[in-house]
Amino acid sequence: MSWIIGFFRSAMGKKAVMAVTGVMLFGFVLTHMVGNLKLYFGPEKINAYAEGLREIGAPLLSHGDALLIARLGLIAAVVLHIWAATSLTLVNRRARAQGYARKSPQAATYASRTMRYGGLIILAFVVYHLMHFTWGNVHGDFVPGDVYHNVVSGFQNPLISGFYILAQLALGLHLYHGLWSFMQTLGLNGPRLNALRQPFAATFTAIVVIGNISLPLSVLAGFVTLHG
Amino acid sequence: MDLTLYVWRQAGPDAAGEMKRYEAQGMSPDMSFLEMLDVVNERLILEGEEPIVFEHDCREGICGACGMVINGVAHGPQRATTTCQLHMRQFNDGDTIYIEPWRSTAFPVLRDLMVDRSSFDRIIEAGGYVSVSTGSARDANEIPVPKADADSAMDAAACIGCGACVAACPNGAAQLFTSAKVAHLGLLPQGQPERLSRTRAMVAVMEDEAFGSCTNHRECEAVCPKQISVDYIARLNRDYLKAQLLDPNAK
Repeated sequence: MSWIIGFFRSAMGKKAVMAVTGVMLFGFVLTHMVGNLKLYFGPEKINAYAEGLREIGAPLLSHGDALLIARLGLIAAVVLHIWAATSLTLVNRRARAQGYARKSPQAATYASRTMRYGGLIILAFVVYHLMHFTWGNVHGDFVPGDVYHNVVSGFQNPLISGFYILAQLALGLHLYHGLWSFMQTLGLNGPRLNALRQPFAATFTAIVVIGNISLPLSVLAGFVTLHG
Repeated sequence: MDLTLYVWRQAGPDAAGEMKRYEAQGMSPDMSFLEMLDVVNERLILEGEEPIVFEHDCREGICGACGMVINGVAHGPQRATTTCQLHMRQFNDGDTIYIEPWRSTAFPVLRDLMVDRSSFDRIIEAGGYVSVSTGSARDANEIPVPKADADSAMDAAACIGCGACVAACPNGAAQLFTSAKVAHLGLLPQGQPERLSRTRAMVAVMEDEAFGSCTNHRECEAVCPKQISVDYIARLNRDYLKAQLLDPNAK
């Protein structure tokens, strides 16, 4: 079993960990966005959806079990993703101890070069987002269990909406590189698949970002109001 | 052509280096980049200065010796071209040109623009060969090889080990080199028996050397004078995962 330790210590193993946990987190982000869209169907629908998440897996699982398992899985994915990224970043810094006087990127994209910084912005956003909508301790008008009210009243503040929109753009850049890069890292390639990898990344980045950004914009535009 | 050069000068492996300015006057656009440096060096020698040290051998783009970073691009501005095959017509009269050695902890600077690339040799020593008996010379086409595999193996084998991939990679990773060396053997029948053990051994040495880790920027592919594709990196990743998880010979 010592090969498992060796695998987690190797840089290529860590890259595989980054890719697999990245896919898990993408799955979460996509599901979360679809759930968010329930806001357009009014308070009853989205509040019932939020409560219904606790009943997933019934009757095999009891109330809240599936949510707990999902949360533990997500925490594990986030920790592994950040651990691998940090460890590899340190290796990469050492590999280029002395930089160039002139360096002209030929292929790297803005997205690929900002993965580390984008990741930090997303992490900061997630912490704020949890404090805002899950725990409610930075929300001025938080009503436990009333998701619709919390989201709409939160987004009615243009500064908060602006921050959410910027965070979604950062997430979009991160996804745009990550969603094809994970296939490369896991060795999923071939002449047919290669032609689809970047379009796949661009499409799903757009779906997640547009879906999420539409919510604060709809609230700010008065399309979605507190009265449903 | 009159040019202003900023060239990295470093007296030895442990010496501190600096970018030094040189005026290169009366150059012909038909000169190769190395010939331009030769002329600069002849003048430096006449003036009693140390000539600029750079590595070169074949000067026909097949040996991989002449790497340098020119204006921030490994092997300079022309795609699919080694420094020795780069001609001064790619530049304009009056240009300022920055010339630096490969910057990689795994390629320590020996002097000026010359680096020690023996870390690549150690990756090859770990498995860049076929050590099983492949028998005596066969008749042509006796061992069938799919056309796509034969072509792909040949493309990978075009790697000249110049190190531009490492120099261009923002992470100083050697994935393109190692993946090409693993692939040109692993794609052919004679390379199959050692395919996964070779992958494990070469990756282990690559990671022990001071190379970084691939983050799929594709900078390597863009500067590779032999246009090796990052598809080989995906193949290396796949073989590495196979070698770790699915190899019946790995316990």
